[in-house]
Amino acid sequence: MGRLTIGSFSSPAGTMSLDFAIKLAEAAINKGHAVDLWLSGNATVLGNKDQKHYKDYSHLQKTVKLMFNSGRFRMAICEACAETRGCHKDITMDECIRASMDWHLASCFSADRVIMIGDN
Amino acid sequence: MSKKRLGFIIKSLPYKTEASKLAVTHAISSQTAEIYLEDGDSVEPVICFIGDGVFNCIKGQQSMKHYGITSIEQHIKNALLLDLKVMICSEDLEKFRIKKESVIMDASEMGGETLAIIASYTEIQKEMNAVDHLLFF
Repeated sequence: MGRLTIGSFSSPAGTMSLDFAIKLAEAAINKGHAVDLWLSGNATVLGNKDQKHYKDYSHLQKTVKLMFNSGRFRMAICEACAETRGCHKDITMDECIRASMDWHLASCFSADRVIMIGDN
Repeated sequence: MSKKRLGFIIKSLPYKTEASKLAVTHAISSQTAEIYLEDGDSVEPVICFIGDGVFNCIKGQQSMKHYGITSIEQHIKNALLLDLKVMICSEDLEKFRIKKESVIMDASEMGGETLAIIASYTEIQKEMNAVDHLLFF
């Protein structure tokens, strides 16, 4: 099975780009592949704990938790981007990695496919 | 022991979103990616500015003065200082009537020796074909 590295800068609400990235990751995991998801910029907000679900907005956290349970999914957020947005370690999901951008490049190194989805 | 080449293709306007800045800072972070890799493995970035992305390369950016943030110009110079390959599409410069003299070509004031390359889209496409992975910003 392959390894996919997906990067995104898009926020969890306000654009559907991150929804698509998560859907793609979920499909890959369900097929038995491994996925690294790298989140920079506004996308780092997805790493926050306890996101509330309103039906008018996307709620990606539930899917993210299921993907963590698969054991084939890693999600990392850019620490500087997160800190800039007030998303500190104490409000970050336990399974979520906080790293600098070199984590993403190292993930690209070992990936079979690299995809960037969405910008801001 | 191997090296993977990553192509950072920047087509976003500067400052409208943070995409182009993140592209350059991600490319620069290749310098420390080795801490996550096996001994001898490395990543080598190539940064290509195409389309609207060539506006990122205009000299004299004043973002620190007006917004209090580091300019994309400074990041491009940091990339050149680290000897990263930076390519700027000549057809797109011409399309927007941006003169070569107006474009960031070096980081000589910081002691850098590597120059940016103004290249045709065909040359950039060759580079895109040669890298292991492409990342579009």
